[in-house]
Amino acid sequence: MANIRSRWPQLLLGVVGLALVVALPSLVSPFRLNLLGRYLSLAIVALGIDLIWGYTGLLSLGQGIFFALGGYGTAMHLQLNCHGCSRAPGGLPEFFGLYGVQQLPWFWEPFHSPWFTLLAIGLVPAAVAGLLGFLVFRNRIKGVYFSILTQAALLVFFNFFNGQQKLINGTNGLKTDLTRLLGLMVGSDTMQRYLFWLTVLLALLTWLLCRWLVRGRFGHALLAIRDDEARLRCLGYNPTPFKTMVFALAGALAGISGALYTVQSGIVSPQFMAAPFSIEMVIWVAVGGRGTLWGAMAGALVINMGKSLISEAWPQTWLFIQGGLFLLVVTTLQGGVVGWFQEGGPRRLLGRLGLRPRLSTYPALALETRQEGED
Amino acid sequence: MTLFFESLFNGVAIGSVLLIAALGLAIVFGLMGVINLAHGELMMLGAYTTYVVQSIFKLPPLEPLFGAYIFVAVVVAFLVSGLVGLLLERSVIRRLYGRPLETLLATWGVSLILQQFVRTVPLAWSTGLWLAALLGLAGPPVVNRLWGPRQRPWLLRLGSWAVAMAVGVVSAAWIRGTLPKLARASARNVDVTAPRWLRGGLDLGDWTLPIPRLVIIGLTILAVLAVYWFLNRSLWGLRIRAVTQNRAMGDCLGIPTQAVDALTFAMGSGLAGVAGVAVSLLGSVGPNVGGDYIVGCFMVVVLGGVGSLWGAVVAAAGIGVLTDVIGAGRLLEIWPRMPAWLQGGVEFFATTSMARVLIFALIVVVLQVRPAGLFPQRGRMAET
Amino acid sequence: MEFDDTVAVGILHSLSGTMAISESTLSEVEKMAIGEINASGGVTVDGKTYEVTWIEEDGASDWPTFAEKAKKLIDQDQVPVVFGGWTSASRKAMLPVFEAKDAFLYYPIQYEGQECSRNIFYTGATPNQQAEPAVEFMFKESPVAGKPFFLVGSDYVFPRTSNTITKAQLASLGGQVVGEDYLPLGNTEVAPIIAKIKKALPDGGAIINTLNGDQNVAFFKQMQSAGLTPDNDYYVMSFSIAEVEIDTIGPEYLADHFAAWNFFQAIDTPASQKFTESFKAMYGEDRVTNDPMESAYNMVYLWKAGVEKANSFDDNLVREALIGVTFDAPQGPIEVMPNHHISQTVRIGQVTPDGQFAILSTSDGPISPQAWNQFEPSSKGYACDWSDPDKGEKYLL
Repeated sequence: MANIRSRWPQLLLGVVGLALVVALPSLVSPFRLNLLGRYLSLAIVALGIDLIWGYTGLLSLGQGIFFALGGYGTAMHLQLNCHGCSRAPGGLPEFFGLYGVQQLPWFWEPFHSPWFTLLAIGLVPAAVAGLLGFLVFRNRIKGVYFSILTQAALLVFFNFFNGQQKLINGTNGLKTDLTRLLGLMVGSDTMQRYLFWLTVLLALLTWLLCRWLVRGRFGHALLAIRDDEARLRCLGYNPTPFKTMVFALAGALAGISGALYTVQSGIVSPQFMAAPFSIEMVIWVAVGGRGTLWGAMAGALVINMGKSLISEAWPQTWLFIQGGLFLLVVTTLQGGVVGWFQEGGPRRLLGRLGLRPRLSTYPALALETRQEGED
Repeated sequence: MTLFFESLFNGVAIGSVLLIAALGLAIVFGLMGVINLAHGELMMLGAYTTYVVQSIFKLPPLEPLFGAYIFVAVVVAFLVSGLVGLLLERSVIRRLYGRPLETLLATWGVSLILQQFVRTVPLAWSTGLWLAALLGLAGPPVVNRLWGPRQRPWLLRLGSWAVAMAVGVVSAAWIRGTLPKLARASARNVDVTAPRWLRGGLDLGDWTLPIPRLVIIGLTILAVLAVYWFLNRSLWGLRIRAVTQNRAMGDCLGIPTQAVDALTFAMGSGLAGVAGVAVSLLGSVGPNVGGDYIVGCFMVVVLGGVGSLWGAVVAAAGIGVLTDVIGAGRLLEIWPRMPAWLQGGVEFFATTSMARVLIFALIVVVLQVRPAGLFPQRGRMAET
Repeated sequence: MEFDDTVAVGILHSLSGTMAISESTLSEVEKMAIGEINASGGVTVDGKTYEVTWIEEDGASDWPTFAEKAKKLIDQDQVPVVFGGWTSASRKAMLPVFEAKDAFLYYPIQYEGQECSRNIFYTGATPNQQAEPAVEFMFKESPVAGKPFFLVGSDYVFPRTSNTITKAQLASLGGQVVGEDYLPLGNTEVAPIIAKIKKALPDGGAIINTLNGDQNVAFFKQMQSAGLTPDNDYYVMSFSIAEVEIDTIGPEYLADHFAAWNFFQAIDTPASQKFTESFKAMYGEDRVTNDPMESAYNMVYLWKAGVEKANSFDDNLVREALIGVTFDAPQGPIEVMPNHHISQTVRIGQVTPDGQFAILSTSDGPISPQAWNQFEPSSKGYACDWSDPDKGEKYLL
């Protein structure tokens, strides 16, 4: 009983949230809904980054690789199954005609199948991440070297996709808006509404999965790696499989996120693998609060919404704000916004302003949480 | 034989640009453990400085000396980027020592701000601002050095800042008035015109050596020698190395570690400014110019081995030669009777974009075999 | 001036990123045209006068951003028309958006053709209005006539497709292409390309240049220092270098090279001079005008004419009404053709040391646009006609 009673705010929140999600499409314009759906899909990649960075201490600057791979898989399938699109000779997707390609490149073939595509969205990025991770972690490359290596890998993929017009349409990317999924045009408002709900569902499932993971033994192993890898080794654990697994998982999440993002933005292009975008992903997590799942998701959502709204109103200022936010978080708010709240930041702020914080509970309890937060 | 020399020259030419760009990073990253993602933007400041200096040299009294503006630009660019680096170290980096990942994120923020800064603030005002900062900071120490310590330091500081502001505003207004091109903020790239002697090629028989490339190679050699001399032969270099090896011990022995940090970072940043002058000879100068080089710089430093100057030299030369050999498709000339299957592969990679792919992939592979780079640091340093 | 109402149009160009150097000028000139239209009474529909205002978005040189901002302008702001784009990649990214939402995009840049959307209206040149006459000039009349060709471009859809057409054209003319290479967008290391050109053209020749934006700066600076100059018989014909780019690259690197356009600032007619003078009066005496700007300027006026002829802002009515509309443009008279492109005059120019062009040749009157290329085998014999529902996007002649 006590359990349920103490949880009623969360239940209420859940019910209100659900009602909001169902009602939202009729409350906001299709454009805003579409933006929200896209940012929610970005929250999924942010969760992956939080797992590897916030919990395991591996800062990857190459999540764009996996994000784009998921997007490309989806877009390739949709391009192949585009009924009623204009076609190049031989029934190939239209862009092949521009470069005189007559035969479908071999790696496109399996993407005719929707089931293969669904699997590939998660598994191809996971496999690439797993392989890359295994090679790197086996050699005990860590810290900044890992970050720089992931960035180098990102550049390899970016340049490859950017330069291969004849295989994958190069810089121009693949478009999905005019293709059809389950008989509906992907760019239509109806389809976009379904995709929004699908994104909400998947974001929720991902969050639950991550929560389950970080609360279990696996999560403790990750924290141990982050805090003192050498000691973990001495205790007889081999951190390599853990790191490889969590990196592969983050890759899979990025792939799913990329797939959802692609169908909602209507295009996947090598720009998804540009270095700044992958660094931005890290910013969302840093600002929201690394090491807290809510923080990662909220960071992705809020920063992206802020970016759209601010750059619509004052296009010049966004980079200043983004850069400043970064400096602020790194130098003073290391736990991010959510971390700041959890550590009692508001109370300290009030205290510093000379206002005595009002205690809503027994002083002893407040003292306890405070100590917990501050050490 | 011509093929060999041509390839070598082109490779060295490409490598020297990488090296001069990476040199400052090698110091900042190698000695201080700071991942400076704003390094590219410090280069950009150097390139813009070149543009401003060049514009001033186009004015009547200096016009006869136009051919020599490049030498002035090298010095001024070093000072401009160095000062910005100094301010950056004092305000941000100082709080982040020992946390390299945080420096990476913070400097990325700085790079965004700097990019937007050159887009939104007219160059005339930027120049004034820089002059003011220089005079304001340099005033008190210079006065103290010349006339002995003052009685009231705050008065001196106030005075020097007042003078600095005045000079800044006056010079900005003067530039606005005389050089209308610098009066407007613009996101557009600017045109740095090399003087006539720097534009052509040097004919050696049937072979033309591009003079800008030669100048950059010369500048790079000079910069490397200067850095080597500074670190290994000068007092401050000794201090820098001492602090790098054991900060606590250095502190105990009376080395002003904070000044050492600031100086090291400022020097690394200043070198980025010099690199900016070099790249302005080759390409276009705009807010994004730094982004083109930054990742390549990191590759040079990591491949060479962090903290190893000669490692960076070898890595830059290696990447340069490979870029030329792969990107210009020279493998086919070196080995004309290549089997058909291999030939297909070589042709596939014989474009500038694919050469980049292959080279970065090779670097990733090399780091598998030698995780700490080609010339790893030995001893305790390597572990941290 | 009193207006009965206002109408907001969408402007979508890159104001930041690598393309901002060129694209921001289009936004400026579109606003100038809108200002002129308002000053002369606005747009009249159904007896009511409308003041034209604009909602501007930044495409940020990023193709997905173009798609996103296009959606915003159509869905959120409900603008009747969007003026936007520069690179073909950005147009290709916006095309599905405009087709899915059945909205209308006006695109002002010369491009590679092989496209004829119902929802796009193209006011730039098609290959037969720029690239083909340029290549023919290089092959037959230039100082390097008869010599081999080398093709250089940025690595994206316009250079690739344009060069495919050029190769087909040269094959039919009997010319020789000895090499081609592409520089990834954002990369300015041109040394390997210069080495290739030197090797492929030991005794000079014609270079067809479709590099984009600031890559041209690195290319021309290093061409000159490597000794590949007009004096040594290396002539470059550029498809993306106009007066604005000369200003940024520096005329000392470009003098004596060629370009082909429909409009040059040097055109000595009252309409052309008035256009340039208005622009200078508005944005500064040191500014220059060029072909893409002229094209962007024209399209605003053509939109006004289309709206007034249709007597409605409705896309579908304007689309039909536009066909056959004429305008006395700075380059000379132009007319909207049934394939959503316009007929234009073709000119070849040579860069002069003061950063302008000397016009070497002018076509006899406007040339009709071909959306589908007639040299390239896959599109040979096809045409586009939106005035006839049976013909549409692509039909066999």
